[in-house]
Order: sequence, then C-alpha cells, then structure tokens
Amino acid sequence: MLEVKDLRLGFSSARQMLAAVDGISFTIAKGETFALLGESGCGKSVTAQGILRLLPAAGRVLGGSVRLDGEELLALPEADMRAYRGGRMAMIFQEPATSLNPVLTVGRQIGEVLERHLDMTGEPARQRMLELLRQVGIADPERRLDEYPFQLSGGMKQRVMIAIALAGEPELLIADEPTTALDVTVQAQILDLLAGLQAERGMGMLLITHDLGVVARMAHRIGVMYAGELVEVASREDFFTNPRHPYTQALFAALPEVSRRGQKLVTIPGQVPSLAAMPSGCRFADRCPQVMAICREQSPAWRETTAGHVVRCHWQGDRAVDDAACHSLTELDLQAAQPFLEVAELKVHFPIRKGILQRIVGHVRAVDGVALAIAPGRTLALVGESGCGKTTVGKALLQLIKPSAGSVRLGGSELVGLSGRRLRAARRHMQMVFQDPFASLNPRLRVGEIIAEGMGALGLEKERAAQTAAVIALLQQVGLPAEAVGRFPHEFSGGQRQRIAIARALAVQPQLLICDEPTSALDVSVQAQILNLLKALQADLGVAYLFITHNFAVVEYLAHDVAVMYLGRIVERGQAEEVLRTPQHPYTRALLSAVPVPRLEGGEQRIRLPGETPSPANPPAGCHFHPRCPKATDLCRQTYPETTTISATHSVACHFPG
Amino acid sequence: MSGFQVVVLWSDVLVWLLVLAGIGVGVLIAKSPPLLAAWRRVGANRVGMASATLLLAFIVIGLLDSLHYRVALDGKPGVKTQYAIEVLSVLDALVTPLRTQNEKTYSAPFATHLYAKESIERPGLGTVREYPRLKFGASHLADTATLADDVAATALRTGALALFAWLALAAVVAFRCGGWRAVWRGDTVFAWNAVLATLAAILLVLVPLFALAGDYHVFGTDKVGQDVLYQILKSVRTALIIGLVTTLVMLPMAVLLGIVAGYFRGWIDDVIQYLYTVLNSIPGVLLIAAAVLMMQVVIDTHPEWFATAAERADLRLLALCFILGITSWTGLCRLLRGETLKLRELEYIQAAQAFGVSSWRIILRHILPNLMHIVIIALVMDFSGLVLAEAVLSYVGIGVDPTMTSFGTMINNARMELGREPVVWWSLAAAFAAMFLLVLAANLFADAVRDAFDPRAA
Amino acid sequence: MLAYIVRRLLYAIPILIGVNLITFALFFVVNTPDDMARMQLGVKRVTPEAIEKWKVERGYDKPLFVNAAAGGLDTVTDTIFFEKSARMFVGDFGRAEDGRDIAREISARMVPSLAIALPTFILGLFVTITFALTLAFFRATAFDFWGVVLCVAAMSISGLFYIIGGQYLIAKIWRLVPISGFGDGLDAWRFLILPVVIGVVSGIGSSTRWYRTIFLEEVSKDYVRTARAKGLPETIVFFRHILRNALIPILTGVVVVIPLLFMGSLLTESFFGIPGLGSYTIDAINAQDFAVVRSMVFIGSVLYIIGLILTDISYTLVDPRIRFS
Repeated sequence: MLEVKDLRLGFSSARQMLAAVDGISFTIAKGETFALLGESGCGKSVTAQGILRLLPAAGRVLGGSVRLDGEELLALPEADMRAYRGGRMAMIFQEPATSLNPVLTVGRQIGEVLERHLDMTGEPARQRMLELLRQVGIADPERRLDEYPFQLSGGMKQRVMIAIALAGEPELLIADEPTTALDVTVQAQILDLLAGLQAERGMGMLLITHDLGVVARMAHRIGVMYAGELVEVASREDFFTNPRHPYTQALFAALPEVSRRGQKLVTIPGQVPSLAAMPSGCRFADRCPQVMAICREQSPAWRETTAGHVVRCHWQGDRAVDDAACHSLTELDLQAAQPFLEVAELKVHFPIRKGILQRIVGHVRAVDGVALAIAPGRTLALVGESGCGKTTVGKALLQLIKPSAGSVRLGGSELVGLSGRRLRAARRHMQMVFQDPFASLNPRLRVGEIIAEGMGALGLEKERAAQTAAVIALLQQVGLPAEAVGRFPHEFSGGQRQRIAIARALAVQPQLLICDEPTSALDVSVQAQILNLLKALQADLGVAYLFITHNFAVVEYLAHDVAVMYLGRIVERGQAEEVLRTPQHPYTRALLSAVPVPRLEGGEQRIRLPGETPSPANPPAGCHFHPRCPKATDLCRQTYPETTTISATHSVACHFPG
Repeated sequence: MSGFQVVVLWSDVLVWLLVLAGIGVGVLIAKSPPLLAAWRRVGANRVGMASATLLLAFIVIGLLDSLHYRVALDGKPGVKTQYAIEVLSVLDALVTPLRTQNEKTYSAPFATHLYAKESIERPGLGTVREYPRLKFGASHLADTATLADDVAATALRTGALALFAWLALAAVVAFRCGGWRAVWRGDTVFAWNAVLATLAAILLVLVPLFALAGDYHVFGTDKVGQDVLYQILKSVRTALIIGLVTTLVMLPMAVLLGIVAGYFRGWIDDVIQYLYTVLNSIPGVLLIAAAVLMMQVVIDTHPEWFATAAERADLRLLALCFILGITSWTGLCRLLRGETLKLRELEYIQAAQAFGVSSWRIILRHILPNLMHIVIIALVMDFSGLVLAEAVLSYVGIGVDPTMTSFGTMINNARMELGREPVVWWSLAAAFAAMFLLVLAANLFADAVRDAFDPRAA
Repeated sequence: MLAYIVRRLLYAIPILIGVNLITFALFFVVNTPDDMARMQLGVKRVTPEAIEKWKVERGYDKPLFVNAAAGGLDTVTDTIFFEKSARMFVGDFGRAEDGRDIAREISARMVPSLAIALPTFILGLFVTITFALTLAFFRATAFDFWGVVLCVAAMSISGLFYIIGGQYLIAKIWRLVPISGFGDGLDAWRFLILPVVIGVVSGIGSSTRWYRTIFLEEVSKDYVRTARAKGLPETIVFFRHILRNALIPILTGVVVVIPLLFMGSLLTESFFGIPGLGSYTIDAINAQDFAVVRSMVFIGSVLYIIGLILTDISYTLVDPRIRFS
C-alpha cells in the first residue's frame, strides 16, 4: 500500500544541506505493522514527517518517492496533500501533553477532522466523536468531549490523539514513539489499544520506536535505521531469531537483562557520526567489530539472506557479537550485613495553600512513610512509575528536600535536622547522579572545575596540584581521557556527560551513590556503557547504590535488592530474586507483566491495570492501590494493609499477598 | 594659549570607567569559550557588524567629547592664573571653527545669506532691508554664484581622499584575511565585508562633510546662530551617557535583587517583589517627573556646590541617569528572578547543593554565569529605548539641563520653528536623522546580540 | 477564583501605602516645604514672612508625621502626611496652585483623555495584531524579512518625530484636519482623528515585532504540527489554533494598560492642545505644581493596580487551564 523509495530528506543549515535521511526504501502492506527501529538521531522521526510532508521549517525533501496506492505523494500540490493528511494517512506523536491544543476542547479537536475529511458536522459528528472516544477506551465520553486537554491524564491524552488520528478513517497510521512518554502500565494499555484497532480496521501502521520490547509486541516487519540509512529489514521472526547486521546484533547484546547478571554488557564503541561528517563507506564501519577494509571504501549494497530478510552489510558471517566473549564481572558476594543507610518512616509532604489567607488546606504526600535499608557495596533498586515519589525519596535522603518526618541514619548517625558543617560532613558519604546529563553539568564550567567542586566544598584536596591529579585519576576511572579536564560539557555526548557526573559524585569518595534514573535519557548502547561502569566501580570501590528507576530490565541486571513504590509508599521489598521471581503485591506483578520483552515468546499472560496513578494530593482511602487492583475487596477500600513478612528479607504491604 | 587645566566631570569618570569595564569584560570573555563563541556569532552577523561599526563611530565622538579642560586666561605674570568659565572638550578643540563661527540667527544649510532680513546701511542707497551675507558661512567666496562648484569640488577632492584611505584599510584587511575575494564574498569568520562597506559609507560621508564644515554651515544654524552640526556632535555624548550609564546604574541592583529573590524565595522574595511592584505601579514618566522636579529644587537651592555651569549640567545629567535607572530596574529584576527560579531547580545546582556548596558560591559560580546572556541582551536592548526616552523627557522639561546640548533639547528648541513662514526645518531634521541613525544602529546591534546569545535561537 | 481576586485586592493596600510613602518621601523629606516655597516664590520675593504665608496657605506649616502639640487624634491627623497623603485614599486631593479643586479637575479631564487614548489603543491593537499575524504567516520569506526591517526602522524613530512630522504634513501642508484643539460632542472627531492616527502609527514598529515573536513561538509548538497532520489548511491552523493561543499572552499583556488609558498621553495631548489629564500633568510639571503631580502619581498607581487585577481576571477568562482549576 505505502511504498517509500529512495527517500532523501535533509536540513538546510548555514550554507549547506545535511541529509538526515539518505535514501531509504520500504513498503507497508494493508494490515501490516512496519516498525522503524533506531537510536536517537538516526532519522526515523524525520522519515515519518517526510512521508506526511510535515517537515520542520528547515527540512527539505531532497529526492525519492513516496507512493500511497500508487499515487505519488511528493509530487502532489500542497492543497491536495492536505486531503491525505488526517484522511487516508494519520499520525500520532510522542508527547501527548504538548501535541494537543491547550485552549480547544477535545470535541472541537476531533470534530475538525470529521468536518475536514468527512464533511460531518452537528449531531452526527457528535455521535461519531462519542463512538470514537469509546473505541479508544475513554470512559464517560459525553463529559470528556467538552473538556480541555489539561483536564485529562497523560494516557487519556494519548487516547484522544489516537481518536483524532482515527477520525479521518485512515488506511495508514504513523505512530511516532507513541508510548515513550508514558508509564509502563499505561504503555501496555495503549499498545493493546493500537494493536486491537489495527487488526479491527485492517490499517497499515508505521511504528517508530527505539524500544525492542515495543517492536516485539507490535511489529510484523522491522526496519533498522542507522545514521539516516536502513541497514536491515526483516520479518518479526527473522529479526528476533537471526538478526544479521552487526548493529542489530549489538543492540540486542547491549540490553540489560537477568541472564546477563554478572556479565559485562556488550557496548558499541564510539558514537553515531554527525550529519556533517558522514563516512563515505559503511556508516557503521567505525564502530563495527567485524569491520573490513572494504567497509571503509564502499557503501554495502542490499543482500537478501533469506526470503524477505535483507541486510546492508559486507560481512557475511553469522554472529558478530559473541555473548560468551563477554568476560564476567567479579561480583562482590556481600550478604546483607549491617545496613549502611537506614531510613524509617520518611515523609515528605508539600503543603497545598488555598483561599484568601493562603491557609494550608492539605498536603501533597509525595513520600508518605518510606522505610529502606542499604548495606555497604550492595545495590538497592527503588522502582516505581512517574509521580510515585521515588525521586523525592532520593533528594530527601541527601537533605536536598527537607523531610517532613522520619529518620535517615547514615552509618549510625541521624541526618534529619542536621545543618551547616555537620550536614556537610555527612554529605561526604552520600552523593547523587542525576537523570538528565544535559541539565546536570553547568555549561559554563570546565570539566575539571565541575569534578573538583565537591572536593573544594567539602575541603578534601586543598592543594591545587593534588586536586588536579585527583581529578585526572577520576576521569580515568570513569573512562575519559585526561585532557577532558580543560574542556566544556557541550563538547561531550550524553554518555560521556553521565560519566563526568559520576566522576563528580565519586570525587568525595562516597560510600553510597544515589542514581536517579541515570540511564533513562540515554540510548541502549550507551546505557550499557554506563551500567558496565557502575558495576565495575562497585566491584572496585565497594560503593553502594540506591538505584532509582522505572526500567525493570536494568533492575534485573543490576540490583541486589528491590523496593517497589506506589503513591509515596513502598508496597513490596526484598532481594531481587524474591521480588522479581515471586512478586507478592498485585502492583508488582502487573508492573512486571506490563514491561514489553524484546523476545519472540513471552508476554502471554499479561495483567492489565486499568486507569492511571492517582494524584498524591488526594490518595484513595484504604490501600492506595485498590481502585486499580483486580483483587480489591471492601477491606482494601477501608484500611491500608500492614506489612506482611514473606521471608527474612521479603515483605509486602497487601491484605492478600501472593 | 598659555595653558590649561584638566577638568574631570563626574560623567567623564563614569564614561572612562565604562571603557575600562568594557576592556575588562573583553578579557574575561576571551577566557570563557562559551561567551567567546556567542560573541563570534555576533561577529559573523553582517547586519550586526555594520551597525556596530556605526555605533563605534558614535562612541568615538562621545569619548572625544569626554576629555574636558579649561583654558587658562591670559593673566598678568605673577598673578595666579585664572581659568575660563567655559569647560571645553577635546572634541571642541578638534572642531573649533564649528564652535566659534556663530552667525546672528537662522541660516539654511550651505547658505550664503542669513535667513532673516536686516536693516543694512548701503552707501548711496540708505537703509535697506535685505538678507545679509553670513559672517562665516561661505565667506571665502567672492561670488556666491560659484557656491555649487566650490561645494562639488571640495566634496570630490575630499571624497577621493576618503576613498584612498578606505582602499588602504581594505587592503590591509584583505591581506590579513586571505584575499579580496574571501572578504568580498563573506567567507571570513568575522563579517569584514559588512564592516568595510559601512566604513566606506561613513568615510565617504563624514570626510567631505567635515571638510565642507570649515567653510559652510552644512546643516545650517539655529536661532542664536550656532552651527547645527556642532550641536549634533555634542548631543552624541549626552545620548551615549543616558543610554549606557543608566543601564549600568540599575544593573547591579536588578541582578542582585533578582537573583536573591529567585534563589532564596520565601520572605526575601516577598519583600523584593513588593518593592518592585510598588515602584512599577507608579507611572514611569510621573515618577521621573517627580524625582527630577525634586532634584531640580535641590540643585537650585545649593548653587554653591558647582564651580561651573558645565558641572551643574553634568550632575543633573547623572542624576537623571540614576532616576531613570531606579525606575527601570524592575523589568530586568523580574526577568532574572523568573530565570533564577527555573535555574535553581536544575540538576547541576542540586549537585552543588549536595556537596554543601554555600548559597553565595552557588549564585556566583552557577547562577550568575548562566544569566549573563540575559543581562547582556538587556543592556543592549535598553540602550535605544533610553536614547529615545531622553528626547521625550527633555522635550517635556524633565530631562537634561536646558544648557546641555542633547537631541531632546535641540528638538525642544526647534519645535516652534515649523510654525514659522518660511519653515526652518534643518535643526529638527538633523536632530531626528542623527538620533534615528544612532537608535537604528543600536537596535540592529541589539538584535544581533540577542540572536547570538539567546539559547533558544541557537 | 473569588478568593484569589479578594487576595489580590487586599495586596493592593500595602502597595498603595508603599507608593504613598515613596511619593511623600520624595516631596516632603528630600526637600522641606521651605525649599518649595522658595522655589515657588522666586528668588526676589523670598522673605521669611512670605515663606511662612505660602506654607500656611497650603497647609504645609504642620509637622511631617507627628503633631505633638495637637493632642488626641489630631496628633496623627493634623500633620502634612495625613492631610496631603493619607487623605488621597478617600479621593481628597486638595487644591492646585491656582486654587482649583484637583479632584474635580481630574474628573472633568478624563473624558478628552479617554476620547484619544481608547480609540488609539483599540485601533492600534487591531492593526498591529493584523500586521504581526501577516508577518508570521509569511515567515521566513522576503516579505517577512523586509517587514521586520521596517518594524525596526519604525521603532528607531523618535515618537516626537511622528507627532511633529504628522502634524506638519497632514495638518499644515495638506490642511486635512485642524492642527490642534478640542471640540465638544460630535464635532470632536475632527480634532481626534489626527492624534489617534499618529498614536497608532508610532506604536506599530515595536508592537508588531513583539507580537510577531509571540506568534512565531506558537508556530513552533507541537500542537500546530498535530493540526497540520489533520490536513487543515494553513489559514485555519493560524486562525483557529495559533491565534487563540497567542492571544493569551498578548491580551493579558495589554490588559494592564487599559486602566492607565484614563491618564491620557503626555506628548499627544500637549502637542494637540487637548484638555486631558496628560496635558494637565505636563502643565503641572512645568509649573512645578507639586500637589497636582502628587495626585497624578497616586491615581496612576491606583489605575496600574487595577490593571494588575484585571490582568489576573483576564487570564482566568481566556485560558481554560486557569478557568477550570
């Protein structure tokens, strides 16, 4: 149905044209889902925009053809193209929060598609809109129709986006990372919805994603993009059983998962070449483990390995990355000794003020009675969805946010209520690595100054020469060259910046590192580098980690202990094997089953949670989880469950565990 | 000329301090690659560099006019030397003919005769009313019919000279930057072609203009016979001081209060917000009017403070800068407060807090440098607005001292002239044109700076 | 919502007290009433008796804050601060130098001021938004480029030039309308048209450029891409989606000046001889009539604060995000 041939798209910058997408070709049949897979900056979103001719202002179509049922779209006049957009082809975007017009009602935004493409107005249009909202699983559509986007939750906004896309009865749906901004449980809902709608309507779908798990869940055929080119196209079965391109294989090998525990993850060295400096041969050559002389001279042609499985690679071997070759890491075999950090009844409440006198009328209970313990040299993963309060816990531990109540004991001494010099002394033992490597380094300081800041503030290395030597040693420890000292953060890539952030935290020799989603902003291959580094550092230095994350794959790979958080409270905690293998809390079970796995098999028995996380300002009475829980009874609606101990290390807060 | 006494006016001190600060900031910028990169972007912007060249010409005039002295009067030997009441500047000395060659009253540009009839004794004809010849304007011409030829000849001669000077300059640039072609096509990192083009325009206009200004009143004369070109030159300094000193006065207060309010929040924020809401709620012109009136009373009741009229006018100018500064810091303060509120939530600030870095050190190391672009943008953006405001305020009578030459006082003095028959247009036209050039250059330069520094644009 | 507005209203009180204190300090503490008397009387007639007489006539002979001699409530009320500053809160502004009641004068002069300022404001807003929208619609074309260049040029021209030039060209050379003056009733339009046109033209440059940046900021947002992905024509994308969102910052930005329209424009009114509050202020400044200037400062502040509150209200009206939360 859709036939893209040799499409080239570029951006005009300064005085030259940079090709972001360089000659890609693929087809999508009716009822088929074709997934474009690639890491950030590979040109997959640009491709989607190019097909709809919705490129940003600087973007240009440089050549090629896009045909829908034989009709050449690139040659159409703009006015005719508009009949296709939203009509026969529709698109869903990544950020539902910003992609809807904030000042128009939901009904208005769906209605304009009906009016534009189906000439439907008035009562019939309203009926059709209600039907659409019901189809995308929105309860109470009559009310929602007259609401504004800000009144909807994130998942609901994405459902509205889908309803808008479906309104024009499209034959082809382009979904650009439709679930990346959503939580796993909501992601599972949306993916189910999309898969169901597609099967029902027989639509073709172009799915753009970076997530192998989403691909496994949704795609019929997959195209892997690298640096503006397609490098491999295969059916779902071929792709997951026998990936051929070294890049595809490396992507799989870089995934953290439980089977790779105790091993170093495979990483892809170097980084994607910039648009301005594309190598003339194979674009992956510089990072490829199988690189040959010919790769650098000649761009490889398409080669069919089996029917329908094509790959663009000179190398004809089978397995480029050998899992067995990964040397295993020496794991510190530390049993839960005397905990180094002990947290009890930690509460962080933010007041809500209202009225003429700004009286406090309530509290946002961001953290509402959390207890944790971390032993030296071990990793505790704090898992939860957005808004559950896990980041607030991290900051409250460091006393960056003043806890409202509770105690944080570090090595036996109480931190809550400390200030001034004594707090500073305590902070030496505990440091933080932040989520966004682009916001966590001051762009105006040199790397050397950034790393030395903590030493200076905590009075560790006063002498300049000793400080410089220490900084260089730290840089080497995190795998950066010594000359990085004099450079500025913007000269480094995301992964390198995260290394700098880790070096900064290590500079004061802490025994505990709080890592707040340190890899969630990074691509898979870079994430593997950072995880490897964290593991190696733990083995070398014996540092303990509090690893705050929403990513279960990372938890499985890295954590010794796991604590699951929901609405400001910990619902289940225990050793990683216990929690991941025999989850006791319904929320943990649902979370685990909602994660899309990057394998052919698996994911058969899915537990689907209805709804989304409620606001911590007004948590449900009784067990916070009861509105979404399949097992909820009247008891759950009335009282918050006591903690039940399953084993010496495993405990759960549920009336009906197991 | 027996000697002179250097006079340092307060505004001179500030002007030269500004120059020093400019050099200092330049050195600092050279050490900080991100800032240097931003200024390189400004340097690559052709419109920006063309306007910067024009601004630089204005600044040179202003600086020359900021070196003051008093001439010693020829006294008897042995007696302590007395100095003239009149305070002169280097610029005055350079353009002495413009300053001293005053006519009786109005005369049109390039005129040979006065603009008003006078009764003149003519031998044999008795008293006649006619337009008398000017005392200085075109006085070297025996026959006024040759005026056009003379003007054209002088203009051509000096224009050619200017062209030679420009060619020499351009040759140097081309030699240093890899040939004519590279410069012409704009392949250089710095927008030399724009600078050279502007320079050509400036030289080709200014050199003939000043050459002619020796013999003619190129822009005419005003009611009291003073050369309009001279007044324009003197106005430049006033405009520059108003535009620059004002911003500098308000800058420390706006930056300090804005950052402190945003960083510490709580009651400090409340107090600072209250302060600027109060100041903001008084209509600007009225606050300025009230303050200037009060200052006027202070100055008038203390005549003993000032040795010369120039000093009094100078102090009033500075006071005006302060008043304008106090009424205009609120905007920047609010902007910086908002930015600081956003910045303080950034992770690198939290990382610093996690190390226990002190608040003031965080402000100095992490917040201030990341707000510099806003400060720089505000500095250049405010300049043109202040120059325009001076004209309006002086016109209303709450601006600079009436004895001080500025665009505002020129316009104020000339405003009734459009009502005359025939119309005296040149004073107004010259003042508006000069102000337009200055403000346009400043606006265009400000745009270039904003584009280069605004992180959203990059 | 109501609580919010009440809160803003209550906040206005300390602000007004602050304004009052500042003006009071400026007028009575920086300079004593004696200094002012000397100024007003002129150098020649200054005698201690004349100064005393001048002060008594205007009530400036009292202590500044505390009248210990008066006793009772008068200790605080029979002072300059109370008489000249605190009483402004109830609309008592006292008398001008020429003996007229300031409050009455102000209420009479508001009408001509408004007659100029309101049409200028509305027409100006309409014209500049139209221009800005056109420029944003044709963004990144030569039309947009030259439009912006024109805007920068227009905003580099002194406001005085627009008035002087406009008056000279239209009224004197072309003789289309009277140069200056003001008429009663319907006749007034002949006098109003020129100042209004000049007022609109002189504001075009800077406002158009400002609104254009607001429009362009909206153009780059995600929801615009969604709207285009629906296949909507560019005109609908602009008028239905972008204009509505951009109007929120634009409208709320201009609402604050609406009450200040009562104050009139200093320049326009003095040039065109319109008997409004602007020319009243300018005359007072030139005559150094402190009582009038002080009153105008107070009224201006009250109007500004009303403007702030109106801004808050208008936000809640235009923006559903605030209206419903």
